[in-house]
Amino acid sequence: MKVNLYLNKRVAIIGAGLTLFRRRLLETPQEIAWEAASKALEEAGLELKDIDCVVIGSAPDAFDGVHLKGEYLSHGSGGIRKPVSRVYVGGATGVMTAIAGWYHVASGLCQKVLAVAEEKMSPARPHPQSVFKYIWDPILEKPLNPNLIWIFAMEMHRYMSKYGIKKEEIALVSVKNKRNALNNPYAQLGANITVDDVLNSEVLVWPVQLLDVSPVSDGGAAIVLASEDVARRYTDTPVWVEGVGWTLDNTEWPARDLSYARYVEFAARMAYKIAGIERPNKEIDVVEPYDPFDYKELHHLEALQLAKRGEAPTLLKEGVFDIDGDIPSSPSGGLLGVGNPIAAAGLMKVISIYWQLKGTAGKMQVKRPVHTGLAQAWGDLMQAGTVIVLRN
Amino acid sequence: MVTPLKENELKEHVIISYKPNAKYAYTAGQAQSKYLMGFKEGKIYGRKCNKCGKIYVPPRMYCDECFRPTDEWIEVKDEGIVMTAVASFISWTRERLKEPEIVGVIRLLPSNDRDFVYPGIFHRICTTYEEVKNMNIIGKKVKAIWRSKEERKGSIEDIQCFKVI
Ligand SMILES: [Zn+2]
Repeated sequence: MKVNLYLNKRVAIIGAGLTLFRRRLLETPQEIAWEAASKALEEAGLELKDIDCVVIGSAPDAFDGVHLKGEYLSHGSGGIRKPVSRVYVGGATGVMTAIAGWYHVASGLCQKVLAVAEEKMSPARPHPQSVFKYIWDPILEKPLNPNLIWIFAMEMHRYMSKYGIKKEEIALVSVKNKRNALNNPYAQLGANITVDDVLNSEVLVWPVQLLDVSPVSDGGAAIVLASEDVARRYTDTPVWVEGVGWTLDNTEWPARDLSYARYVEFAARMAYKIAGIERPNKEIDVVEPYDPFDYKELHHLEALQLAKRGEAPTLLKEGVFDIDGDIPSSPSGGLLGVGNPIAAAGLMKVISIYWQLKGTAGKMQVKRPVHTGLAQAWGDLMQAGTVIVLRN
Repeated sequence: MVTPLKENELKEHVIISYKPNAKYAYTAGQAQSKYLMGFKEGKIYGRKCNKCGKIYVPPRMYCDECFRPTDEWIEVKDEGIVMTAVASFISWTRERLKEPEIVGVIRLLPSNDRDFVYPGIFHRICTTYEEVKNMNIIGKKVKAIWRSKEERKGSIEDIQCFKVI
């Protein structure tokens, strides 16, 4: 693929903030955004008056029933009387928020950017499932009365059948991520579970069972990005954004093979090209692939070129993606363990890599020294891929 | 610090319910209109781009690869191969269903099992939970079961489901 890109400034992340990820937070979306944003500013050692531009990420409005989410969140995100933009590509929004913050700085437009992602998934009644119905094609799909899990179950089953993967092998992702989340102070669902627990949990849409899926969550996340000269003034340990990539595939998901996430491959190739990465499985030290479902982590590890097609389950079984493995995957606990407030969950993945590379991940810290990390998210009708590569 | 609410605490709060009276009349457009009218005749139409050879089902008036108009209407078979199938035990409001609904994706013929992109349709599959669970249904050849001519309305619902042949 050809990418014509002309970068002006090198960009660093110099601060990050997360709220607890929980179901039914008492706080409003704006208050959640404010908490994450203030923590990020504090870690960066900056005040709001130092920020040039604000980027807001929040998934499509229907998700929490609040329209014009950019405008709605702008004061809680520190965006009043500043250039503010909002990005959203469904589940891929969180990483896109970091990417949009990056290009504000990389272009030379702003020196210091606050990027904030927030989602409050729990207000929908009777269940967030019912609002997701509006993502389907109104003429060709909605008459069949779909629920959102159908689409992912179809993808999971296609992936399983194409490569002969068993549910037991996929369940290991849920086991690993929920276990990793026990080390994460922000996590909603850290737990020691077994493969049998997953296989015995409620069948939602076969082959998807309750413990294959991330929970409904509310939460916020924020980062501060700065140009190189500014970053060096505020921190001795900047973490550099070395590569970014994002792509959309078409919306005709029934007309392409769901066994492989082509949209993530394109986004990854773009990010690797900018970062100068030629052998991702040798050069990436730690990875946070998007895991709202357990099979999704495997699917994404393959599209990120960290495993050959159909081989991620084998590498997982061999321990390659464990916290002490060759390529630790989701050491934060991922969405399965930390929770899934859509946009905030994606930015949480970026923050998790940032803390790993800064060496401040606490109990989540990967044991081996890490220098290059990757966070990825995915969204819309299995069509949006966003990838960011960080280095210390 | 954020504060999570428990289920019983939630009940103590005032809940504001709002039901918008929103109605939409969606436009099917040229390509989808012909597609839907085809269902009335028991036919599945697609559009072909003669430059790259791609066949669009559901049909599209432009080719997204070549970014030029597609060239001609073609009819594909109402038969195909099951690419994936699932059994849903929950409704769209996440209520428990007694009998699972079975849906999937069918790669319509003519097409090739090496194609990443193919003419495809998302629909119900008439089969059992057992066949979904043991994955026998995936890879099987299926055919559309059409509603009677009088019942057809030019909708995706003119096909009841796809059944193994
Ligand atoms: Zn073409």
